[in-house]
Amino acid sequence: MTLHFRSIEEVGTERIHRLLDLTEHMAAVGRRPNPKVPALRGKTVCNLFFEDSTRTRMSFDLAAKRLSADTMTLAVSSSSVNKGESLRDTVETLDAMGVDAFVVRHRTSGVPWQVASWTPAAVVNAGDGWHAHPTQALLDAYTIRHRRGLTNDFSGIRVAIVGDIRHSRVARSTTEILQLLGAEVIHVAPRTLLPPTSDVATTTHLDDVISEVDVLYMLRMQRERMGAGIVPDGGEYSRRFALDERRAAALRSDALLMHPGPMNRGVEMMVDPTELQQSTILDQVTNGIAARMAVLFDLLGSGGIEE
Amino acid sequence: MMNKEAVLFAGGLVVDESGERHFDVRVRDGLVVETGSDLAAGDEERVDISGCILAPGFVDLHTHLREPGMPEAETIETGSRAAALGGYTAVVAMPNTDPTQDCVEVVEFVSKRGREIGLCDVRPSGSITIGRAGAQLTPFADLAAVGVHLFTDDGSGVQDEGLMRRALEYAGELGVVLAQHCEVASLTAGAVMHEGECCSHLGLPGWPSLAEELMVHRDIELSRLTGSPVHLLHLSTARSVELVRGAKADGLPVTAEATPHHISLTDERLSSFDTRYKVNPPLRTMADIEAVKAGLLDGTIDAIATDHAPHPSAAKDRPLDEAPPGMLGLETALGVARAHLDCSWQHLIGALSWRPARIAGLSDRHGRPVSEGEPANLVVIDPDPDWQVDPSALASRSRNTPYIGIDLKSRVRHTMFEGRMVVRDGIATA
Repeated sequence: MTLHFRSIEEVGTERIHRLLDLTEHMAAVGRRPNPKVPALRGKTVCNLFFEDSTRTRMSFDLAAKRLSADTMTLAVSSSSVNKGESLRDTVETLDAMGVDAFVVRHRTSGVPWQVASWTPAAVVNAGDGWHAHPTQALLDAYTIRHRRGLTNDFSGIRVAIVGDIRHSRVARSTTEILQLLGAEVIHVAPRTLLPPTSDVATTTHLDDVISEVDVLYMLRMQRERMGAGIVPDGGEYSRRFALDERRAAALRSDALLMHPGPMNRGVEMMVDPTELQQSTILDQVTNGIAARMAVLFDLLGSGGIEE
Repeated sequence: MMNKEAVLFAGGLVVDESGERHFDVRVRDGLVVETGSDLAAGDEERVDISGCILAPGFVDLHTHLREPGMPEAETIETGSRAAALGGYTAVVAMPNTDPTQDCVEVVEFVSKRGREIGLCDVRPSGSITIGRAGAQLTPFADLAAVGVHLFTDDGSGVQDEGLMRRALEYAGELGVVLAQHCEVASLTAGAVMHEGECCSHLGLPGWPSLAEELMVHRDIELSRLTGSPVHLLHLSTARSVELVRGAKADGLPVTAEATPHHISLTDERLSSFDTRYKVNPPLRTMADIEAVKAGLLDGTIDAIATDHAPHPSAAKDRPLDEAPPGMLGLETALGVARAHLDCSWQHLIGALSWRPARIAGLSDRHGRPVSEGEPANLVVIDPDPDWQVDPSALASRSRNTPYIGIDLKSRVRHTMFEGRMVVRDGIATA
């Protein structure tokens, strides 16, 4: 059985603990004067991006390069694939070139599972539909662990995830990994932005929880959801759910302010987070490379990561 | 076309609407000519069916044959062969072909092609609206005159209540039946699977049960208002079954069908993201399965109908939102129904044969008693085998069966259509 990295649930607790430890190691590698190691020399990683995502794609690309893997990138909108060959044709063609791992991003849930059924290569989910974004979850968990000086036991850590939970693969995967590590998660959103059913605690009142949480995790709110019968237009979302100056002042000084990027300034973010000492937003970007190195090394690595 | 055969079915258990009896059955010139104990073979072929059940052939109210228009998915020929192998002697061909079965020419093409192939009775349905666009009624009387009995826009429901009311009023005097695919479209935009825990977890857009139930309720009330019969296609939710039970208790002319997949597979199958499990209406929960089964057992749901919906691999090998809904059903219906319904053979065969034959207006030739002078549209069932489907061995042109690796029970051994053995020992003869 080929090992994949497609969802937190599928990966399981034991491997997540190992990957968090490995991420720490990779972060240390990243701080070396020469952050490149030969661990994946001779391996080929193919980035298969069917949805625009410059930052995640570049993060994966850099992670693979730091491990000395060869990389190929196919970045196309799904529609242009549809004009000619099918998704399956694309995967089988690339597979025939000799690929060890596919890193897959698609606007539809489940595509990484479909890809895995068409190739013997390992599959890394770089975000599928509203479903999962497990490398984001890993880097988020690592960021909290690192900033708070935790082990892999997050008991007592309270996290509020705010915004469009329903349409967010980040919310699903990050909630899963944090619960798996023992943290307490609450979702803050209007009913229309929550999944049809959920066993996660929810509230519609951000102000009730903001001063208590260890982590305030703000999600990106797509402007096109407003005025489309999901939430009202005209700034109501921001008044109820955005981080503004008053709410920023209510955050505990030792709390973490997180965001998966890209931010929608003026929608969910009414303050400049770079001015808040609680913000971990750029740390998340940095840690993303280490987390993705850990995932690729876990799947493909056999050589060492020493200098 | 094959010659009509002379056959003596010996040693089987005859099951039809009048009951069960250990009779031999003699068939000649397309008719059952004699039944009784220990019949002596004359010059006809003696076929030993000891341990098997002989029954009137099955009637599928809901088959997508895909011709004209989609020969890469299925043709009338491959679909007829799949039907015969499944024990069917008649199928109602759904109208969502290309072009739509909304006019006499297309309907006659399908009927004629079915007769040329001659593996089962192919009865085209007609669409309720031109092009299934939900706006303009098709010529019901002209279509009825060329043999259409069931009208449906299957694939989508008739959204406009006013139009559906007028369609029922107009259809009433003609003696035809309108069949509804119950789905309120504004509640299912973009939906891929049942709305519930599983879709929430998988991040897939949900198809709420309510979208079906609202239209079931609406059409029951429109039947009450107009007095015209309504047939409800592929019921999938517990509440839908409850609504139909109430309608029948009120004596309304409402009938209903359920598919093999809605009594055997839950929405959790989609956790594999395998597009073979995408179907419309979607696979639902275990509670829904139990309610649909209870409806079939107490007669609230009249018939098992396959919703046989072939799609080529190229169409199913797409992301879940783009892959078309639907799954194969004809060759596995008996095996699934037998494995999942705990009832008598007579009740089960009734749901596959004479009850759907009446709804389809085919009870002059199908679902008949097995007795002298009746048309020889028959199936012989071996009740014992436990088996699993081999997709590569299916007669259908497509391979989208959801039953790979799932235990099925009982197999069709022979199918006789109009006195000809179209399936012999589980193999199509033509």
